[in-house]
Amino acid sequence: MAEIKIITTDEIKTDEYLVNMGPQHPSTHGVLRLLVKLEGEIVHNVEPHVGYIHSGIEKMTEALSYPQIIHLTDRMDYLSAHMNNEAVCLCIENALQVEVPERVKYIRTIFDELQRLASHQLWWCASGMDLGALTAFFYGLRDREDILDIFEETCGARLTLNYSVPGGVMFDIHPNFQSKVKAFIKKFRKTLPEYDKLLTGNIIFQNRTKGVGVLSKEDAIAFGVTGPTGRASGFSCDVRKHHPYSAYPYIKFDEKLGTDGDSFMRWKLRMDEMWESLNIIEQLIDNIPEGDIAVKMKGVIKLPEGEFYQRVETGRGEFGVYIVSDGKKNPYRVKFRSPGFSNLFTINHIAKNWKIADLVAIMATFDLVIPDIDR
Amino acid sequence: MKSTINYIAEIFRAIWSLLTGMKVTAKYFFTPWNNVTQQYPENRDTLVMFDRFRGEVIMPHNENNEHKCTGCGICEINCPNGSIEIISKSIVNEEGKKKRIIDQHIYHLAMCTFCNLCVKTCPSEAIVMGQKFEHAYWNRTSMTKVLNQPGSKIMEGIKE
Repeated sequence: MAEIKIITTDEIKTDEYLVNMGPQHPSTHGVLRLLVKLEGEIVHNVEPHVGYIHSGIEKMTEALSYPQIIHLTDRMDYLSAHMNNEAVCLCIENALQVEVPERVKYIRTIFDELQRLASHQLWWCASGMDLGALTAFFYGLRDREDILDIFEETCGARLTLNYSVPGGVMFDIHPNFQSKVKAFIKKFRKTLPEYDKLLTGNIIFQNRTKGVGVLSKEDAIAFGVTGPTGRASGFSCDVRKHHPYSAYPYIKFDEKLGTDGDSFMRWKLRMDEMWESLNIIEQLIDNIPEGDIAVKMKGVIKLPEGEFYQRVETGRGEFGVYIVSDGKKNPYRVKFRSPGFSNLFTINHIAKNWKIADLVAIMATFDLVIPDIDR
Repeated sequence: MKSTINYIAEIFRAIWSLLTGMKVTAKYFFTPWNNVTQQYPENRDTLVMFDRFRGEVIMPHNENNEHKCTGCGICEINCPNGSIEIISKSIVNEEGKKKRIIDQHIYHLAMCTFCNLCVKTCPSEAIVMGQKFEHAYWNRTSMTKVLNQPGSKIMEGIKE
């Protein structure tokens, strides 16, 4: 039996405190509990305790059929709901060797990028609030509303989309979809520089983030850090670029890479990614080919015996779906590789010897979604 | 000396960066028509949801109190959370044949995740997603609904 390590009072030096940050702390963005060992204000050790919102999704999937699994993945990383849906769909399609129509690939990719924009907008406003900028919170949510309206018009839901189904998408795009997306891009290209004016250029903000919590490239690779957090350290890990799926092979885009790996770089990289997402959508939105929105699948989907893996790039890193099938209509075992889990556990390594306020800045730029960590 | 100049310059840069940010907020302060706040409970009469909005599962009936549900149970099988329960009964029709028809189509709103799988898989398009989104009730039992109206029967010409 594995031994559970509990810090006892003997291990704590005279001037050290053991303080719980969370599970109800506003800047942990959910029910994450960090056990922080402090000397005064200086962090000596951070121990993340996860499991406060563990919902057992991996186990639940073993009792559900394949189309039913998809709606559960909405609830893991709720800010990247469509990418999670797509990962499961792609995994099932790969296993059955189904080629989806071109139209589906384009629609899925546009939705991916819109979802990434919405995710980064929420990250921007929430982490702005963590660092003491309340105005950012309102501005970010205001602009996110436009994307959610586009989602709502096409697929009827705002957050838990459940838009992808095995073999295609659930509905065809709404007649207003293209014009609305174009209007949004035009508007957001004007709004995005305001974000920079409001926060990125601010001296107080820069002093709080520049050089704080440096994650080196070697550590990023060793800890398996992916997504914008890993790329800010110079680790080229964009799944869209290295293992392209859906319509990503057809388009040109840059993988933004940072150098410093500090909190400001992570911030800057996500802002750059928003510009890149706008470019990707602009390349696709006028060229959606005509055709079916789904391949006709069997009523009961049964995967062949074997193991299947598919990864996608979500708003916060590489999301993987690993399905073990024994040929029945339910999967034998499903494992989700969530980006937040790997990203979170670097926190002890990089937050050591920083102040407690810097720990908040580090967590803000890590973009943690707690149900994604616990699933 | 140099550090003092740097210190003062830093203060002015900080003030300038604050003013740059304040310019953005001032722009929205003086152009309130750009704000998007909706007066929600007051605008209930004019508030229209998008037609694909997934509010709740409903079963449309026509003017003769007829619905399209055959009671096949496909929605019940496809529901991931067990929020649909179908109770069917067998009747004897005019030709003297035994026939199974729907007695009650029970919908547990409290369990529903609005994933749309029931609506998508329904072969006779008997259930659709409704527009209502105000799902607050005083007790849990009122969240269990019977979708087919009392005394309703199946529309003619629906294949079973």
